[in-house]
Amino acid sequence: MSREGYVNAALIAGLIGVPLWAHVAGEPFTITLATRAVIFALAAVGLNLALGLGGLVSLGHAVFFGIGGYAMGILAFHAQTYTPMFPDWLNIEGTKSMPVIWLVAVVSSALAALVIGLLSLRTSGVYFIMITLAFGQMFYYFAISWRAYGGEDGMSIYLRNSFPGLNTLDPIQFYGLCFVLLCAALWLTARIARAPFGLLLNAARQVPHRVETVGLDGQRAKLVAFVISGAITGLAGALFADLNRFVSPTMFSWHMSGEIMIFVILGGVARLFGPVAGAVLFVAMEHVLGDLWDHWHILLGLLLLGVVLFARGGVIGLLAGKARTHD
Amino acid sequence: MTDPVLEVRGLTKRFGALVVSDAIDLSLNPGEIHALIGPNGAGKTTLIAQVCGMLAPDAGRIRLKGQDVTALPARARARRGLARTFQISALAMEDTVLQNAMLGALGAAATPWRLFRPVLQDAALRATAEAALSRVGLLDKAAVRTAELSHGERRQLEVAVALTLKPAAFVMDEPMAGLGAEGGQKMTALLDQLRHEAPILLVEHDMDAVFALADRISVLVYGRVIASGPPDAIRADAAVREAYLGDAA
Repeated sequence: MSREGYVNAALIAGLIGVPLWAHVAGEPFTITLATRAVIFALAAVGLNLALGLGGLVSLGHAVFFGIGGYAMGILAFHAQTYTPMFPDWLNIEGTKSMPVIWLVAVVSSALAALVIGLLSLRTSGVYFIMITLAFGQMFYYFAISWRAYGGEDGMSIYLRNSFPGLNTLDPIQFYGLCFVLLCAALWLTARIARAPFGLLLNAARQVPHRVETVGLDGQRAKLVAFVISGAITGLAGALFADLNRFVSPTMFSWHMSGEIMIFVILGGVARLFGPVAGAVLFVAMEHVLGDLWDHWHILLGLLLLGVVLFARGGVIGLLAGKARTHD
Repeated sequence: MTDPVLEVRGLTKRFGALVVSDAIDLSLNPGEIHALIGPNGAGKTTLIAQVCGMLAPDAGRIRLKGQDVTALPARARARRGLARTFQISALAMEDTVLQNAMLGALGAAATPWRLFRPVLQDAALRATAEAALSRVGLLDKAAVRTAELSHGERRQLEVAVALTLKPAAFVMDEPMAGLGAEGGQKMTALLDQLRHEAPILLVEHDMDAVFALADRISVLVYGRVIASGPPDAIRADAAVREAYLGDAA
């Protein structure tokens, strides 16, 4: 096993061991923190596919995170108030079932990513960053003005949604669910990176004109990557809303987009476990330093500066050395 | 007489008042190397860009294997068998040599949308890629990161990627650029063999290579083909000597 393999295995072991210890020791808050880290990691695994492999610097991934969150919020709201959705033309009931909510979250964020990607991919570089940011802000202000679903105040969901066979209100069970989904997303992105599609996407990032001259469509590859990326981040949004039992427009805010990007950069862009390392480190800092000092973001900023200037491979790069071209 | 593989008729391109391609006629016959020479700014790169579909001409037609491809994008021309190499190596530097060659093989096989099966385990693609690498003498470097290759090896890899397409015609933009004497000879020997697989439209500044390789030479000056013919005729042409070759010939 390579050094990076050991680092990844250690991360997985920590994500299994620490919550289990907290469960046995009766520290539910630690489990909640771990759940938060795992959900953030999932959101960042989504972004890493677009950013790391596709080179698409999206500052609008909060759109998908928010869509996932609102998919959960809206479905659960109608279920808990026993009101139909779209009463005038389509009488659909809400639901408290996680699998259904996830499906809706994934499909709707993938659709949003398709539309946003089709428009944004006509640009590149700083214009791409700006147009994705603009989409993010559009969704943010739309959510603020959407009175039916809480407007600026957001809305609370009283009971966590259900999953067949599990008691999702038990912190360790909900954590396990999120952890399994994270592993599935990691497995998916690892497979994609090694598949023909990954080779194409990787080349389209580095030498777009080469890709065209061997008869392949690099732009379409980037679009597909952006859609898968948005869908994964959307799923994370649904879980995040379920963790907090609350959704609000802040899930759409550009701070959120920035944070997802920070997870990726902190952990290591284009490294499979980079988003996991980044999210864990972020949540740990938020908890430990945030308790000590209100202005802990200054330290986060310094750390980020250090990573960008001196350790481009992020945490994974520091621990595991340079990326190996896989075989 | 056989039909040309690649045929350019009346190709014209203007940038504002500047005519960079002025009613250019050009053909590439099976088995030949047709060299395109001309001083800097003569419009060689612009011509190549139009032939390969990176730039749309204002007038004129381009035919590949008898089919009109003027309106097709670069991607579609590549799929129809036009393989180009770049003056400045266009390779994925972070990837291995093999991965770069695999990209070409993937393009030729047109199966890029497989999301799951590991690409390097695809025996057919791998065979194509490795055959091309072996052809240019890079097979022993297959696992090396492209960024670690020497300049000369990158030039060879450029040719290998083009080879993976099993093309009907090559368009090569200065394959000798930056090569030393030894590297230049190696590349010359390679191109000499390649013409039997597919004819080569060769843009090149290295006159030794051009006169050693070319079956025909066309001279481009200010966007116009001022002379076209076998090397001896070009060497003897007064207008060419004045415009371009100067004392060097």
